[in-house]
Amino acid sequence: MSTILLIEQVLNGLQFGVMLFLMAAGLTLIFGVMGLINLAHGSLYMIGAFAAAAVAGATGSFLLAIIASLAAAAAAGALVELVVIRRLYDRDHLDQVLATFALILIFSEGTRWVFGSFPLFLDIPAALSGPVMLPGGIQYPAYRLLIIAIGLLIAFGLFQLIAKTRIGIQIRAGESDREMIAALGVDISKLYTIVFALGAGLAGLAGALVGAIQSVQVGMGEPVLILAFVVIVIGGIGSIKGALVGALLVGLTDTLGGVLLPGFFATFMEPSAATAVGSSLASMSIYILMAGVLLFRPTGLYGTA
Amino acid sequence: MTRESLINTALFLMLPLTAGAAWMLDEPFIITLATKVAILALAGVGLNIALGLGGLVSLGHAAFFGIGGYAMGILAHHAQNYTPLMEAPFLIEGTNAMPIIWLVAVIAGALAALAIGALSLRTSGVYFIMITLAFGQMLYYFAISWPAYGGEDGLSIYVRNGFPGLNTLDPVQFFAIAFVILAVTLFAAGRLAASAFGLALSAARQNAVRVETVGLSPYRLRLLAFVISGAITALAGALFADLNRFVSPTMFSWQMSGEIMIFVILGGVGRLYGPVAGAALFILLEHVLGGLSDFWHVYLGILLLLVVLFARGGMIGSLAGREVAHD
Amino acid sequence: MTEPLLDIRGLTKSFGALVATDDVSLTLRPGEIHALIGPNGAGKSTLIKQIAGGLPSDAGEVWFAGQNVTKLTTVARSRAGLGRTFQISSLAMEFTVLQNAVLGALGQRGTIWRFFSPVMKNPELRAAAMAALERVGLADHAGTRTAELSHGQRRLLEVAVALTLKPRVFLMDEPMAGLGAEGSKGLTTFLDDLRREAPILLVEHDMDAVFALADRISVLVYGKVIATGTAEQIKSNRDVREAYLGEEEAL
Repeated sequence: MSTILLIEQVLNGLQFGVMLFLMAAGLTLIFGVMGLINLAHGSLYMIGAFAAAAVAGATGSFLLAIIASLAAAAAAGALVELVVIRRLYDRDHLDQVLATFALILIFSEGTRWVFGSFPLFLDIPAALSGPVMLPGGIQYPAYRLLIIAIGLLIAFGLFQLIAKTRIGIQIRAGESDREMIAALGVDISKLYTIVFALGAGLAGLAGALVGAIQSVQVGMGEPVLILAFVVIVIGGIGSIKGALVGALLVGLTDTLGGVLLPGFFATFMEPSAATAVGSSLASMSIYILMAGVLLFRPTGLYGTA
Repeated sequence: MTRESLINTALFLMLPLTAGAAWMLDEPFIITLATKVAILALAGVGLNIALGLGGLVSLGHAAFFGIGGYAMGILAHHAQNYTPLMEAPFLIEGTNAMPIIWLVAVIAGALAALAIGALSLRTSGVYFIMITLAFGQMLYYFAISWPAYGGEDGLSIYVRNGFPGLNTLDPVQFFAIAFVILAVTLFAAGRLAASAFGLALSAARQNAVRVETVGLSPYRLRLLAFVISGAITALAGALFADLNRFVSPTMFSWQMSGEIMIFVILGGVGRLYGPVAGAALFILLEHVLGGLSDFWHVYLGILLLLVVLFARGGMIGSLAGREVAHD
Repeated sequence: MTEPLLDIRGLTKSFGALVATDDVSLTLRPGEIHALIGPNGAGKSTLIKQIAGGLPSDAGEVWFAGQNVTKLTTVARSRAGLGRTFQISSLAMEFTVLQNAVLGALGQRGTIWRFFSPVMKNPELRAAAMAALERVGLADHAGTRTAELSHGQRRLLEVAVALTLKPRVFLMDEPMAGLGAEGSKGLTTFLDDLRREAPILLVEHDMDAVFALADRISVLVYGKVIATGTAEQIKSNRDVREAYLGEEEAL
């Protein structure tokens, strides 16, 4: 395999990884602060994508579409938090799983009801649709490069938010001691709604950004949600840093595994068998990665308890 | 008789009565629905051993359901094509004899549960939920990307597998098979819950430190519970595939895991007959609501949400009182 | 002097900068009650966890009946005969009182891998469980749900479960807490007899009970044993008066 192709695949892996990070960051924050496992996070991803597709269809503006994805997902997140999620904080994980599973059913079928079963398409703006020339003569799609940049920028922003701002301090306090922040006079229920909406907005943004590469359809969120779980298990629950490292690991493993494993098996097997074994193993590679991490660090790379 | 055992008896009799009535009225579709309830309830009884008794919130039981399905699919596929499953190092032929298929499904499910459980049970709580979900998804993608057995399209089996002395293509006879297996499993699960193992497992759910202090390893108790649970769900998977004469990666999907869990919850967690009530209600809703609207999952979601938020004991809990019975 | 049954050698545990236990050594001989006292935060609960398992030590060893058990798990130590009761009741709350006791009897007999016969109908286990409940005076409550017991009754059930284990050593973490004057008196009499079955390492705040029961007392302050001796020796020890009893009097 040529170096250029390899670098392209590494970039693809990075792009996939930063998108997973946007999902995983919200999930891990919500779990860290509120102790809630939210299966419906994938629905918020889907809502972001649909909002973007609808607004892009109506206005033709990609920028407006992206803003709409953030706004719609954050609003849906805040609404769901106020109506359903806040009743679940004191419940056990089983109740949380079931209630948020119920939310998936409602959101998915509701979206199908409104938008139909056919996928929508969100077009990449013309200015970004071409390739750019990278040093070393590598051509790479400008849009994907933009996604990587946005993802890294948001990761940086989140780290700053957590480390430097007032709300970040409250979030960190909430992760270590819930009674403590109430005692400090922080309005907990407002904080929870904000954190949930923040996580939802990030998921919605990811949905819109990815929706422009793939298609926008019902059920697009759950496979990503499960990968985000794998990311969190690898990185450690509650750790933003873990989410970033885990997301990049999973993104790279998945992308490179799909490219490299069939080639690897082809060196000593018949081509057709090599493709079969290689692609099957590649589909399992991130789970094998997760199992490996679990064997040595049951609480993830950056997990504490 | 307590109220719960009255309800249980009614639930238990409901299935054969429905199937019997449908048989007399010549309504094979209803018999098939009753069979489906019995099989899905069996999958729920399996999950309930891990979830209700052991407190293990597994969101990946579709893994075992699918393994059971593919055990049936692969064996029957080779039997119908007259090709051996494996030639070296020794010859393994396909089969269409149900008892052998069940045995293979149970063993494969148990082994998979042993591997997945051994890893997942190193963690607990929300990690466990995410990891079981992830392993389920792993098998889903594996089934899709493995071309030998149909990949994404799955495998069709043209003739239902056989059981000595019975005509399994007759809906009522196949129902009888599924129902007897469900009845035997319910009986065994009831004995298990009241046994020494069941007591220790239940104690480990309530207070793992206590169990360690009396010198028992919660990990081993849970692992065995997970294996038993996976084996039963795999058996249900084999029967489900035989009912449809078709197996596909959707049996491995996370929605399937969620649905098996819904059977348990709608009926009432930790109640022996909960999955029977839950599966019956689910199939009933699917046909009543599904007839009203293509989007019946919305209503199912709302119902589930209401049950979780306001009726935590599930159906049996609401009817029989909140507390789970104690000996 | 008889060989100690439990021999703690230099146990140390720190959490970050906080040294919870610092080179603690003490012994428990057959037939004795060895009380461990000290102000709150002195490291008593940490020490019990290090001895019972569940909290790995940074340094030091635990020897039990001539064997080094430092590396063994909680489960293995329980099986070897370390019977523990908890400061905060640690029971299966959904179970009846009898079920909790049967669980203990089950652990002691190792008859856990039985899947088909009803455990609550096993006469041998029931008898062992009932015998333990009778000894602590909970036999009348055998059918009560544990969650419905009073705080004091739960402490007694803790002791009863430990009895079903037939341990060779008891580790008791504040069994008197919340019992009230009458209850403490009853349990004091009971423990007084119990030491003949197996020696007791007793962490306790109730000084009347400690001085009435203990053959030896060790005083733990800031993670260090500052004195070990009989009740009289401890009462007259200057360091103890300063560091510990002094504080109590000042309160």
